[in-house]
Amino acid sequence: MAEKKGWQELMRGGDLPPATALENKTGSWRSLRPVYDPSNCIHCMICVAYCPDMAIPIKHSEEGVVGKGGRIYKGTVRLETDFDYCKGCGICANECPTKCITMVREE
Amino acid sequence: MAKLKAFTGAQATAEAMRQVNPDVVVAYPITPQTPIVEFFAQFVADGVVDTEMVPIESEFSALSAVVGAAAAGARAMCATSSQGLALMWEIVAAAPGLRLPIVMPVVNRALSAPINIHCDHSDTMGTATLGWIQIYSENAQEAYENTLLALKLAEHPKVLLPVMVMQDGFIVSHGVETVKILEDEEAKKFIGERNPDRYLLDVKHPYTIGPLALPDYYFEVKRQQEEAIWAAKEVYLEVGEELSKLTGNKYPYFEEYKTEDAEVAIVVLSSAAGTAKEVVDEMREQGYKVGLIKPKLFRPFPYKEMRVALEKFRVVGVLDRSIAFGAYAPVYTEIRNALFESEKKPKLQSYVFGLGGRDIFKEDIRKVFEELLSNNVDSQTQKYIGLRG
Repeated sequence: MAEKKGWQELMRGGDLPPATALENKTGSWRSLRPVYDPSNCIHCMICVAYCPDMAIPIKHSEEGVVGKGGRIYKGTVRLETDFDYCKGCGICANECPTKCITMVREE
Repeated sequence: MAKLKAFTGAQATAEAMRQVNPDVVVAYPITPQTPIVEFFAQFVADGVVDTEMVPIESEFSALSAVVGAAAAGARAMCATSSQGLALMWEIVAAAPGLRLPIVMPVVNRALSAPINIHCDHSDTMGTATLGWIQIYSENAQEAYENTLLALKLAEHPKVLLPVMVMQDGFIVSHGVETVKILEDEEAKKFIGERNPDRYLLDVKHPYTIGPLALPDYYFEVKRQQEEAIWAAKEVYLEVGEELSKLTGNKYPYFEEYKTEDAEVAIVVLSSAAGTAKEVVDEMREQGYKVGLIKPKLFRPFPYKEMRVALEKFRVVGVLDRSIAFGAYAPVYTEIRNALFESEKKPKLQSYVFGLGGRDIFKEDIRKVFEELLSNNVDSQTQKYIGLRG
């Protein structure tokens, strides 16, 4: 953060504008890293819904991406984990129905 | 035009809440507060208010739910006593930190142990450093009026802090008195609508409430909070002035009763002040120059005004209905503090009385006045009224 504000400049009660958590890159807290295997992914969005942060970005894809069984998955698809914010909790790996996420120790 | 009603203090408070018609009332019973939420629950059942009534599993959850509702933009209230306030403690500290304008009637009751359901002020005095505005009421009339005043004070843009409105357990909460109630329209007009500048249900303008603030920001947030509670001092008088136009009563920081030419005075909060006024009247008839100061606004404490008021006395006795173990009693501490800058300090004596609901009688107060008049006082010793042994 830039210059720290004095008490008269802060929002009342320490309230903050929305989305200030983006400024804190909490990925450095991680001791386990989710390794994502797109070739086994069915883009079911379960990992996205369960991620307690917002560390699994998604996009809309008309042309589609290659996933499990070489199939093309169109519509909403997940992308690589955002390691700026992923704290390595492993919930995505635990919930993934195709086991396409593996937790490995960060070196 | 006001109406006269035979009300207990609890009923008078519930009546003020009916007129407020809060969006949310969260209820958990605790003696002697219970009748407040019971009377209010009846209003809900009868459909005379459209409040969302939330019966809940503990006081901790009660104040938590009120905090959530207030942050969402609602007018939310709950009421408590003693152990209930103690169980709320974590959220009691959070509510002013979050700057939420909550009004919570508190019916004063002694704290365990030993367990006791009767009146003393140890419950609310224990929370006096947490950032709530505290107003103490002498009787049901004051409990009613202070509840209305508190709401307007809490929601004032310069303040935005929670307020506790006290009344003495059983003595006031369960004793029936004649209470003058404002017409609903008058009361509603006085209170107005809550217009929060931001609230969580305003999804078009999201913001973060209650974030982490580490050593780099916590201090600044607390400094803001301190500014707000001192601002409440001025606003209390402004709001009181406005209410005064409707009720004809006055809302000073403290009531000065027959103090003009008084040589000695007693300082005492809440219902005991009513008893003390009787004694002042009787002793005045017998030619003694005695008077009474009854603090109403205890947080923020009006140090300067209190100093000016006390300087005219020769001797002042301060009666506390709680002990601050290992320290001077809470009201006595403030009176001593108020006099630090004084060039003409009166002599002081601290008295503790009425713990766990022990009655204080007119003879007890008369003895105090006689002791003060005799000059036989010591500002560093705490005396006890009505204690055996």
